[in-house]
Amino acid sequence: MERHFDEQLNELKHLLIKMCALAETMIGDAVKALVQRDATALPFIRQHEAEVNRLQVEIDEACFTMIALRQPTASDLRFILGAAKTNTDLERLADQAVNIANKAERLMKHDPIKPFVIIPQMTELARGMVRDSLHAYVNRQPDQAREVIQRDRQLNALKSEIGDEMLGFMQKDPSLVPYSLDIVLVSHNLERIGDHAKNIAENAIFVIEGKDIRHGTEFRTDLPSA
Amino acid sequence: MSENVITVSKLDLWYGAFQALIGVNMAVEKQKITALIGPSGCGKSTLLRVLNRMNDLIPGVKITGEVLLEGRNIYAPGVDVCALRANVGMVFQRPNPFPLSVWDNVAFGLKVAGQRGGQRVEEIVERSLRGAWLWDNVKDKLDHSALELPLDQQQRLCVARLLAIEPEVILMDEPCSALDPIATAKIEELMLELVQKYTIVIVTHNMQQAARISHYSGYMLLGEMIEFSETNRIFTNPKDKRTDDYISGRYG
Repeated sequence: MERHFDEQLNELKHLLIKMCALAETMIGDAVKALVQRDATALPFIRQHEAEVNRLQVEIDEACFTMIALRQPTASDLRFILGAAKTNTDLERLADQAVNIANKAERLMKHDPIKPFVIIPQMTELARGMVRDSLHAYVNRQPDQAREVIQRDRQLNALKSEIGDEMLGFMQKDPSLVPYSLDIVLVSHNLERIGDHAKNIAENAIFVIEGKDIRHGTEFRTDLPSA
Repeated sequence: MSENVITVSKLDLWYGAFQALIGVNMAVEKQKITALIGPSGCGKSTLLRVLNRMNDLIPGVKITGEVLLEGRNIYAPGVDVCALRANVGMVFQRPNPFPLSVWDNVAFGLKVAGQRGGQRVEEIVERSLRGAWLWDNVKDKLDHSALELPLDQQQRLCVARLLAIEPEVILMDEPCSALDPIATAKIEELMLELVQKYTIVIVTHNMQQAARISHYSGYMLLGEMIEFSETNRIFTNPKDKRTDDYISGRYG
């Protein structure tokens, strides 16, 4: 039997998809501003941030109301709790895009030390993780969620690579410390975006399978099995 | 613009010396579900029965105050109570089909109103049964006794019987309390469908049901309307502590 409640759950899904699309655009625009030294997209990032913040409140309100009015159980309950958590991760990862935009504004005033290679790679990886984790959650794809979790390692490896590279510049020429440090921080922002996407993916698995795999529990053998 | 179909103002009701309703105010919005909740004996069923003058049948009842249906006082002298009850129909706790065939149950009101068979009655019966989500279940046994139907189908037949005479308002007095959870879910979904055309007032002692389906809720206690508001507000942030205590299960 098709339930009226399903319509409300679908609306919730659509709000999350909208929020995710905005966040993804913000990440792309922020890095584009940095790499192409082009400030045109910066005001849009701030506008999108305001919209993301508004959606965060709207989604929390929707979850809160549905729990109070529908007393969801089983898969409905997991889906709504999952939506509230995913909501938080999406808002935080959008904040990371704003952090990148702030640094881009500073950095674009200087010539780059070297062409950007790893930052665009990290960006594509992080954006893909965000998109796919939400896709996995909304469309109930546990395999895709697990695959996103695996991708997080690549992002961490790239971040270390940037750290080493920038450390080299800083040691050679202390005048490059402020610039290099900002680049390291951007890589940190991107790595954090990946972490949030990983949270969303882990959450998706909980929503779909009812299995809590956070903190690597799925791959550990020293814990009691569920 | 929201439009109120029923407006209850300063309503007092006594059963003999016992005052069952005390200064009740309530507005029922058109094409919305309004739920009345509260512990047993709080007056919610009495208030519901005020809305189509079912209490008139109880000896010793005295009512003061005003109940307006589309702006007209239903307690004014000269009101046609039969016409009122056709316009404000009622579904009861226990399904109460007549001991007649499925068909005759639905056509009953039409016959009373003077329509005798023919194409039009056939159309109305089918449309009413479809409207109550019952057509597929009963289309091959329209001549069977209504009492042979399972309880939830009997309850939906009672809804179909109402729909046939096209009321404006449907009153429901704990319509699911005799039904299992699946049958309850069906009736709830049906109500959400019906409300696109009709205005519904439901009394329920199942708070979760009020939360799930209603747009407005009134919490009653000892004959008083303690709080009346949007259901969302009642169940997430009620203003009165007594409402909060009842909703959260601390009282009642």
